[in-house]
Amino acid sequence: MATETLIWLLPLPPILAFFLIVLFTNRSKWFSHTIAVGAALLSWLGSMIVFIRAVQTEHLGQHPFESSIPWLATGDTFLKIGVLVDPLAAVTLFFVAWTVLMIFIYSVGYNNFGQPKGDHDKPGLPPHGATATDNQGHNHAVLSIEPMYSRFFAFIGLFAFGMYTLVVSDNLLTLFVGWEIMGLCSYLLIGFWFQKPSARAAAIKAFITTRVGDVFMLLGVAYLYSETNTLSFREIFTPENLIRLAEKPSVLPILGLSTAGLIGVLLFIGTIGKSAQWPLHVWLPDAMEGPTPVSAMIHAATMVSAGVYMVIRMFPLLSAGMENGQLTAAMQLMAVIGSFTALFAATIAVAQNDIKRVLAYSTISQLGFMIAALGIGAYVAAAFHLVTHAFFKALLFLGSGSVIHGMEHGVLHTGNHHVDPQDMYNMGGLRKKMPVTFWTFLIGGFALSGFPLVTAGFWSKDEILADAFGHHHWVVFGTLALAALLTAFYTMRQITLTFLGEPRTEEARHAHETPWTMLLPLVVLAVFAVTFGWVGIPEDFMGLRLPPNWFHEFVGGTLLEHPEKLTFNWLPLLTSLFVALGGLSLGWVVYIKVKAGMGDPLAKPLGRVYGWMKNKWYHDQVYDTLFIKPAYWISEQFTYLFMDRKVIDGFLHLFARLTPWIGKGLREKIDLPVINGVIGDGSARVTQYFGRRLKFVQTGKVQQYMLAALVFTFATLVYFLFTLRP
Amino acid sequence: MIPLSWYLLFAAALFCIGLFGVLSRKNAVAILMGIELMLNAVNVNLIAFWRYLAPAGIAGQAFAIMVFAVAAAEVAVGLALIISVYRRRDTVAADEIDMLKW
Repeated sequence: MATETLIWLLPLPPILAFFLIVLFTNRSKWFSHTIAVGAALLSWLGSMIVFIRAVQTEHLGQHPFESSIPWLATGDTFLKIGVLVDPLAAVTLFFVAWTVLMIFIYSVGYNNFGQPKGDHDKPGLPPHGATATDNQGHNHAVLSIEPMYSRFFAFIGLFAFGMYTLVVSDNLLTLFVGWEIMGLCSYLLIGFWFQKPSARAAAIKAFITTRVGDVFMLLGVAYLYSETNTLSFREIFTPENLIRLAEKPSVLPILGLSTAGLIGVLLFIGTIGKSAQWPLHVWLPDAMEGPTPVSAMIHAATMVSAGVYMVIRMFPLLSAGMENGQLTAAMQLMAVIGSFTALFAATIAVAQNDIKRVLAYSTISQLGFMIAALGIGAYVAAAFHLVTHAFFKALLFLGSGSVIHGMEHGVLHTGNHHVDPQDMYNMGGLRKKMPVTFWTFLIGGFALSGFPLVTAGFWSKDEILADAFGHHHWVVFGTLALAALLTAFYTMRQITLTFLGEPRTEEARHAHETPWTMLLPLVVLAVFAVTFGWVGIPEDFMGLRLPPNWFHEFVGGTLLEHPEKLTFNWLPLLTSLFVALGGLSLGWVVYIKVKAGMGDPLAKPLGRVYGWMKNKWYHDQVYDTLFIKPAYWISEQFTYLFMDRKVIDGFLHLFARLTPWIGKGLREKIDLPVINGVIGDGSARVTQYFGRRLKFVQTGKVQQYMLAALVFTFATLVYFLFTLRP
Repeated sequence: MIPLSWYLLFAAALFCIGLFGVLSRKNAVAILMGIELMLNAVNVNLIAFWRYLAPAGIAGQAFAIMVFAVAAAEVAVGLALIISVYRRRDTVAADEIDMLKW
């Protein structure tokens, strides 16, 4: 099959799976997951073929796989729909296909396929467990199957469609369509257990917060279209276009932004929403209310990465006008927001006890790394970290899901439902109970911390730090290094609290390893979390002569101007070695001795700062005061009481009174005298009058009629004879 | 050969006689006869024009035959009406049959 045709077909299987499950197989759990996983497998297979062909193509950057057709006519031009796989899309496709497939498989086990129906499970609530009787007649509490099993697979199928569409699309419009489909699925899946009020609130929060970003992004798309008359990436990123956009001042005379700058900033605000950057990061931690595979796929590996993917895509536009390493306004904004978010989210992650929330803040922080990297122009490093992060963060989330599952097993065993299976302080010592989960989680955690030399996270994070150092962005470098230190620290804190030491609760003592459908994805992703870093090793690393940096060569080819390589410097390497190892050992030292019932050892020395960190620097409270309360107040006082009750109802009452008055006037002044009197009765009277006068003509005598006809015929004849004579 | 105008004059005379009959006679049957005369005057015209102006075609003859057929049908209907009126009202005088009067 031609590669372009194959690319067109990539998003298709998941959407077909969605419709098949929704319309036909939703009663059968086995069919539903078979179809969904089968569809993911097909897309995966296609993606791998495309990826391999892309890798084998020389100069893919200049001659990418592309194909497009006219889609929407807008006046004289067409908006096109099309596909494009250049090096950037190829590597994105690679990690998306792998993580999506793995998470689909994981979902089968996570949703307890093969377990009995719950004793009192309701749709819209997580499964509570069932009672099973064994051969000897003993009753056991066991995990029960998710009541809305098929719906889950339908939703993640639709989501996968959105993600594939976004990755392969060759223009901003279809990218935006995929973007919004994912937003919808995110909303649906966060609120999957919709009977939990917290899940409902989280879903709404996620939807509305990302909407803020999306509105600005749409503005950016529209502005871009009005300036360039096209939304296709390849047509926008011509040197003439970029120079023109960079030199033309924008419509808004603020900050002296160029057109390219303003468009870039608007699009970047979309990313702030989607990739949960400060100040729109508040939705992502709450999104952990959704099932864990959803957190792994949507809120770690793919959807939030899509925001970063979009800005990496738009990098030529964002950097348009960059001269001699002088950053553009949009890039400065990205560098500031990204590095601030990276540090800020890392501080919050240090003080969270919920195993998934730590990972959520860690995701925000890592996305901040990528944004900051892009902001300082480290294009390849950002893309590299995007890919490696997707692998190890999906791994960590799936690992945390496995841990929670194991803990739920323990909770069912003891029957004490007040124990929160997600609280790390209830865990401890799980390494013996769940060895596979432990080792894969350890690999993921070390990759996240940037454990030197072996893990993927080390190479990508080191590249970002080296880039910041090499281009003398000291503030960014310092901030990111500090964030990396905290990252290693909270990761080790998490690993130590969860897996090491002794079990702190009875539940943790009875935790149980999860089924193979959940372990297989962990192992596969763990392999990538290690090996994928090796494709991007700088060739002059530590002064050695290594094979060329494949990732840099390949992805760098996406840009018109191949990004230059950094020369090796010992300082950033030592920094990243120090922060990774220092953070890890510090985390181990501080938390290894935590016993049951003890609080966080950091709470005392940090004092009030710890409280701020634990309460997320009070963002939710501030937003509540700044936006939500005023919004409620405006809805209540202004919209409801003033606008609705006074103005609109007033208008309505006015009309209600005005209408009979006008109607009465019309009837008395127009209808009765004019219509009835003149037109109605008058015409009747006239007809009657003439009827009376003329009736005598009708004698009933046929010969008189004949005579009359004759006379008229004769007269007509005479008339024509005299008038028509030439 | 007799010129065309003679035929036309003859036909006109025949038509006028028929018309006079239709207008002046009291008896409905006689009125019908007058109509027949008028139709035949038309026929004379048709045949004469055909013969003198377009002898190659058959349109004139065809029209004449059409007129015969219509005339026959008209007489059949007309006589039936007259008989029907006579049975009910004991008269065939045209000026007494005036039920459609005001």
